[in-house]
Amino acid sequence: MISTELVDISRLQFAVTALYHFLFVPLTIGLAVMLVAMELTYVTTGRPIYKDMVKFWGKLFSINFALGVTTGITMEFQFGTNWAYYSHYVGDIFGAPLAIEGLMAFFLESTFIGLFFFGWDKLSRWKHFMVTVFMALGSNLSALWILIANGWMQNPIGTEFSFITMRMEMTDFWSIVFNPVAQAKFVHTVSAGYVTAALFVLGISSYYLLKGRDLDFARRSFRIAAGFGFASALSVIVLGDESGYSVGEAQHTKLAAMEAMWHTEPAPAPFVVFALPNEKTQTNDYELKIPYVLGLIGTRSVSQTIPGIAEIKEKNRARIVNGVIAVKALEQLRKDKTNTAALATFNAHKDDLGFGLLLKKYTEDVAAATPEMIQQAVDSTIPKIAPMFWSFRIMVALGFLFLALFSFALLYSIKGNFIEKRWLLRWALWFIPMPWVAAELGWIVAEYGRQPWTIYGVLPTHLSVSSLTPGNVYASLAGFVAFYTALLIVEMYLMVKYARIGPSSLGTGKYHGEDQLGGGAIPAGAPADKI
Amino acid sequence: MDYESLKLIWWLLVGVLLIGFAIMDGHDMGVGTLLPFIGKNDLERRAVINTVAPHWEGNQVWFVTAGGAIFAAWPLIYATAFSGFYWAMMAALWALFFRPVGFTYRSKIKNPTWRSTWDWGLFIGGAVPPIIFGVAFGNLLLGVPFQFDDTLRSTYTGTFWQLLNPFGLLAGVVSLSMVTFQGANYLMLRTEGDIYRRVRTASLIFGLATLVTFALAGLWIMKGIDGFAITSHINPNALPDPLDKTVVKETGAWMKNYTTYAWAMWVPITTFIAIALGIMFARLHKAWMAFIASSVTCAGIIGTAGVSMFPFLMPSSSDPRSSLTVWDSVSSELTLGLMLGATVVFMPLIIFYTSWAYKVMWGKVTTDFIKANDHSVY
Repeated sequence: MISTELVDISRLQFAVTALYHFLFVPLTIGLAVMLVAMELTYVTTGRPIYKDMVKFWGKLFSINFALGVTTGITMEFQFGTNWAYYSHYVGDIFGAPLAIEGLMAFFLESTFIGLFFFGWDKLSRWKHFMVTVFMALGSNLSALWILIANGWMQNPIGTEFSFITMRMEMTDFWSIVFNPVAQAKFVHTVSAGYVTAALFVLGISSYYLLKGRDLDFARRSFRIAAGFGFASALSVIVLGDESGYSVGEAQHTKLAAMEAMWHTEPAPAPFVVFALPNEKTQTNDYELKIPYVLGLIGTRSVSQTIPGIAEIKEKNRARIVNGVIAVKALEQLRKDKTNTAALATFNAHKDDLGFGLLLKKYTEDVAAATPEMIQQAVDSTIPKIAPMFWSFRIMVALGFLFLALFSFALLYSIKGNFIEKRWLLRWALWFIPMPWVAAELGWIVAEYGRQPWTIYGVLPTHLSVSSLTPGNVYASLAGFVAFYTALLIVEMYLMVKYARIGPSSLGTGKYHGEDQLGGGAIPAGAPADKI
Repeated sequence: MDYESLKLIWWLLVGVLLIGFAIMDGHDMGVGTLLPFIGKNDLERRAVINTVAPHWEGNQVWFVTAGGAIFAAWPLIYATAFSGFYWAMMAALWALFFRPVGFTYRSKIKNPTWRSTWDWGLFIGGAVPPIIFGVAFGNLLLGVPFQFDDTLRSTYTGTFWQLLNPFGLLAGVVSLSMVTFQGANYLMLRTEGDIYRRVRTASLIFGLATLVTFALAGLWIMKGIDGFAITSHINPNALPDPLDKTVVKETGAWMKNYTTYAWAMWVPITTFIAIALGIMFARLHKAWMAFIASSVTCAGIIGTAGVSMFPFLMPSSSDPRSSLTVWDSVSSELTLGLMLGATVVFMPLIIFYTSWAYKVMWGKVTTDFIKANDHSVY
């Protein structure tokens, strides 16, 4: 039997390294696109201040990108090191988008990022602009392929199990690429990246405006961020992930869990604004509902019902019972590949194989599973409600606050008096971390909400781990946390330092504080606010 | 195209990706390894770093893509090797962490301690991964203790320390010497003056080290270690099932391919010639020729390991029938075909724009250039 401790600690390591990685990804995706917008303004107007904007925001981009790459390498190799059985079982499908990401996107992004930083004097204006475009294209295509891989984990289509190779095999590549869950995820995640970058630029520009320095530079940055951010915040909400929740069973489970919908409600279902989900009684305490709203969002219809937790569980119970037959037939087939009777039984029940495998957590011999074990397995098919319910609500609330902030920013940008609105500038400045909070919570909803599966309905998380001892994983987790925390401190230090120094870090001699020092040199170790 | 051909093509393609990694990321790692020794002051070190500054990110993608391609084409290798070599992989990963931050953050603060700390970080990020990858290759040649159960779940029964056996370590030195030789020759192309003189010496030293250690490893394989051989009938077109064969450990089995296919001898022979020519060209100050020779060396050394073991990829020393081969570690015919298509489309593009990037940035990187571009270079 696989140790539960090993599974838990492996999950924790994956969660920690993935959440760290995603501290850097959204800014890379979004800022790359904003740099394109700024540079387009530069090449069309020819005004040097826009070039300075590309270079300065590019500097902050580079500080962030370095850790994105560092933490990204871990993600690429962790499937093999810690999730070996997963890698074997679904590598035939899951590996392909990762490899294509490297070939199509990451090479593009990484090759052009070098020219972006170092090619200013070697390339004509338009050529450099094209370099920036390819860099941004690369980073966004990266997101596409990674989310195609991730979308398949939520809604595994275009594949079939082979008992000879003992794994899932690809049958239809294009259905995996055009998986509606993956497409919805891509649009949502990339928009969230744009919001992150827009708020980053908006907030730091607001800081300069509040300090009354680098006004021209900050004003123009603020305006670009306001427009870009408004469009992105709108898209992140309208093209929200829910559009994908109408398809795929994993998504139904997730929807029921994050809405704390214990029972199927008559269509269109109400939206629960506030509640304290109670796992024991399987009801909500202190519930506050708005009628019809969830049904409309979730199904885009007034007549379709959304299944509740109790109904989903009963469906899963039937599948588990059925799955036991599939597991037994598979075991016979693995011993004797010519056993036609076993093959016929297996083929009749193989769609529920994954559900049968859920019992492996409780017993080696699934045919001997007791009713208690089956009940445990049934209960395990629904993730804990409270973390899902609250993560989702905080994320959505933040989404609307972003939209409000960018609406004001855009409104006063058009009116041209945003510098006087100090409350808005302060709001933007203090809100800089919030898109990260929203993004991390979004990933918790998406990935925690898929439990107990790595591949929904196909492969339980419990079976996906490598054959390691928990001690090994505790030690490597400690290593990751130590490394990442040290690197994050260095990164934050540099980010804050350079954000404070501002565009004078370019050494052009035109910006705040540069006249006193002459030539714009930054003295070694000088505190940034003295410069 | 039939399954057998696809399996063979993917053996070649993974080889090409690993060779691309050794040639491209290898020269960056060689530069990192040499950095603290050939740059005597901050300006010199910045000159050295800036020879690879615009390119190392792109070059590192050879590593990432090789990883992704192994995942997609040989899922069982990806699963078994990476989880089996757990601590070796962690060490390589953690060493690699020093590179992105080392390159990007080093020159952002003008504090000598800060900068020299990151220089040693770049040294670790340059030297440790090639050693580990070499050690891993050495252990693949020796066979690795692992086996599969009925459900194809692999269990590695060795320890990390077992990997550090004499032959494994020798392979680590071969790999480090090769990469440093490559980095030194690259630096000969991009530097001048004092730095150039020092890297030329380094090129001679590491060229010679590559020659000696590669020859030693070859002798050791011929005389000292057992290879593996398949003893059952293999149908190369069959669905991959690693447990469906029998394998024995056999003295001299790693030399068999050279007698069966006489042309295979040209792989190690070319490698020896390339190393010797590389050293000679470095002596003659012919940097371009030396760089080409050491690039061929990278291809030759990886090729020699691959050809010696073919069709094995990861033999099992504890349960030989669990050994992974070109025939039974692969993904489905559809995935292999699809990935081949993607590679055929994108690889030429990658080579095209990478060459363009080098062309744009080409030229000697001098300390005067660093002084003049203090704010924009690393």
